[in-house]
Amino acid sequence: MPIRKVMKANEAAAWAAKLAKPKVIAAFPITPSTLVPEKISEFVADGELDAEFIKVESEHSAISACVGASAAGVRTFTATASQGLALMHEILFIAAGMRLPIVIAVGNRALSAPINIWNDWQDTISERDTGWLQFYAENNQEALDLILIAYKVAENEKVLLPAMVGFDAFILTHTVEPVEIPDQELVDEFLGEYEPKYAYLDPARPVTQGTLAFPAHYMEARYTVWEANENARKVIDEAFAEFEKKFGRKYQKIEEYRTDDAEIIFVTMGSLAGTVKEYVDHLREQGIKVGVAKMTVYRPFPIEEVRALAKKAKVLALLEKNVTFSVGGALFQDFSRALINESEKPKIVDFILGLGGRDVTFKDLDEALAIAQKALNGEAVDEVNWIGLRKEIL
Amino acid sequence: MAVRKPPITTREYWAPGHAACAGCGCATALRLATKAFSEAMEEKYGDPNAFAIAQATGCMEVVSAVFPYTAWKAPWLHVAFENAAAAASGVEAAWKKVGRKGKILAIGGDGGTADIGMQALSGMLERWHNVVYLMYDNEAYMNTGIQRSSSTPYGAWTTTSPPGKYSIGEDKPKKWVALIAAAHQVPYVATASIGNPFDFVKKMKKAAKVDGPAFVQVQCTCPTGWKSPLEKGVEIARLAIETGVWPLFEIENGDIWNIKIQAPGGGAKVKREGGRVVAIEFKKPIEEYLKLQGRFKHLFKQPEAIDVMREQIKAMWRTIGVEVTLPKPEE
Repeated sequence: MPIRKVMKANEAAAWAAKLAKPKVIAAFPITPSTLVPEKISEFVADGELDAEFIKVESEHSAISACVGASAAGVRTFTATASQGLALMHEILFIAAGMRLPIVIAVGNRALSAPINIWNDWQDTISERDTGWLQFYAENNQEALDLILIAYKVAENEKVLLPAMVGFDAFILTHTVEPVEIPDQELVDEFLGEYEPKYAYLDPARPVTQGTLAFPAHYMEARYTVWEANENARKVIDEAFAEFEKKFGRKYQKIEEYRTDDAEIIFVTMGSLAGTVKEYVDHLREQGIKVGVAKMTVYRPFPIEEVRALAKKAKVLALLEKNVTFSVGGALFQDFSRALINESEKPKIVDFILGLGGRDVTFKDLDEALAIAQKALNGEAVDEVNWIGLRKEIL
Repeated sequence: MAVRKPPITTREYWAPGHAACAGCGCATALRLATKAFSEAMEEKYGDPNAFAIAQATGCMEVVSAVFPYTAWKAPWLHVAFENAAAAASGVEAAWKKVGRKGKILAIGGDGGTADIGMQALSGMLERWHNVVYLMYDNEAYMNTGIQRSSSTPYGAWTTTSPPGKYSIGEDKPKKWVALIAAAHQVPYVATASIGNPFDFVKKMKKAAKVDGPAFVQVQCTCPTGWKSPLEKGVEIARLAIETGVWPLFEIENGDIWNIKIQAPGGGAKVKREGGRVVAIEFKKPIEEYLKLQGRFKHLFKQPEAIDVMREQIKAMWRTIGVEVTLPKPEE
């Protein structure tokens, strides 16, 4: 029987790691995800998780050790956030290029400067071009579930890509919620033993991993990472379906809420989706036709799902906790790419908000709604809007 | 007729066909190191192949693993420039977990070890991974075209330490990574040279057989970067030992106060106290080592710079507890 415990998202991530039974974990502490390796070290200390836990001297070495272990053919796990993920940046490309299905739990946090330990998505968003799969959790249950799903997809033979699962700093990492911990036997059935097909560093069958590629081969190697990302689209759907069958919780790349007759659809990720669902309920009571779409999967970018979503709305209002300077948010670029060649498309209005842990309140959302409504009425609005900006201190 | 046993295994792990320059001393070092490793694994685990290699980016990495070819007959992994030790930590942990017997060999050049890889090396040694780290020291960034590293010796020309009106060439003394490694109190640390291949093999075997981390720093010549004759690599390396430029020592069980200094040869007079080397009177001037290398050519126009070098070499020996006398060449 699954058990329910009240826990923080960090603990949920540690539980997910425990259930996935990685053989090597390498981690370095960083706020707000420090509790993940702490909790895992307790599991290891108590013999509840039979793994080698390498207490590395930096995040760079954490991911490097994961690459080494994964190249030796075992399941690996690490957790980090913000500067830690940024320090891993170089090796993230290498993990994807070497097709190693490492999973990282990320407590989504803002990047320096100024130093800020609170939530936004700039850390993982900044790694969107590394080739890693990206999932974003709305709550602590999703943090646990998505890590298990991430392994399932990452280790699929058609994919073999690393994956990161983000959950918002403090809003989730440090907030307790009831979380259902699935049965180990069911998780074992769902994930199975990781059987490496190409990476193993076995003296009985020596292979060379991590070679130099000349111009004659580099592009093809990069293309295989592209192809693996494309393959991941279907594999993710299959993994979601199997997860639902086994554990009863339904996941979709884009989860829609009250979108069927919506004129304006808010699009967002992570814990903000919960807030916006509440907000949409509140607007619906006033007869305002709004809905919300939550991006559970951000890489591979769900192009077809975005196109389907776009057919439902007149305005897509993107609520983003990240910035791509001089452009807007990352979602704004991605949605533009998905819709640019569609014959009929909604207006896309981008909102940057909640950076560095700034609360996103209904008042902020009212501000965004007013702009979205102007766009709906055919009035000119800015494509990119900073919400909740304290102009008086600029 | 009696057949003599070869002095080292005929098994090859670093195969012919790699793309290293003619006369490459580091290629020799890797070939010997892997042979030594194999012998150690055979003696320790009964399996000569019980090892894997994690290698840092560098000249020996790029010349050995050009897709779709490889010069490696052992399982081999390259990740990046600075993390051979961290990647090796991961491989070692994985092997431990799956119960695979054997040892991991991490390999890095002086750039990937003394500079950018120093932190990962320190972490690996401190965490006590069962890894031998081999630093092949050709005393500059040779992969990128001969730029100075912290392991480049005083006075050497490199493309980023060019001699000029206001420059003598490299103006800092060499950083001795073996001593930094020893400060981690690991089971085994040694310096070696391709100028004494039997000693190098012996040390690699010893390093491979200890339980826990070990570090070996081997000087290997680079005819391209040192501007030296292709065929004189081993001779130059031997002169480095015989003139006092390159000390050979071992530090076991973290006992840095009991550093075992080896007699250099070349007619040097060694003074011992209680079996311990306390003074060496070298007979061959360092000029004999320097003159075979274009990288030191400019120093001969400024002999006072060579005197500075002599003082630095003395200081280095003093650090390891030995007073040395370095002769000047006879006029």
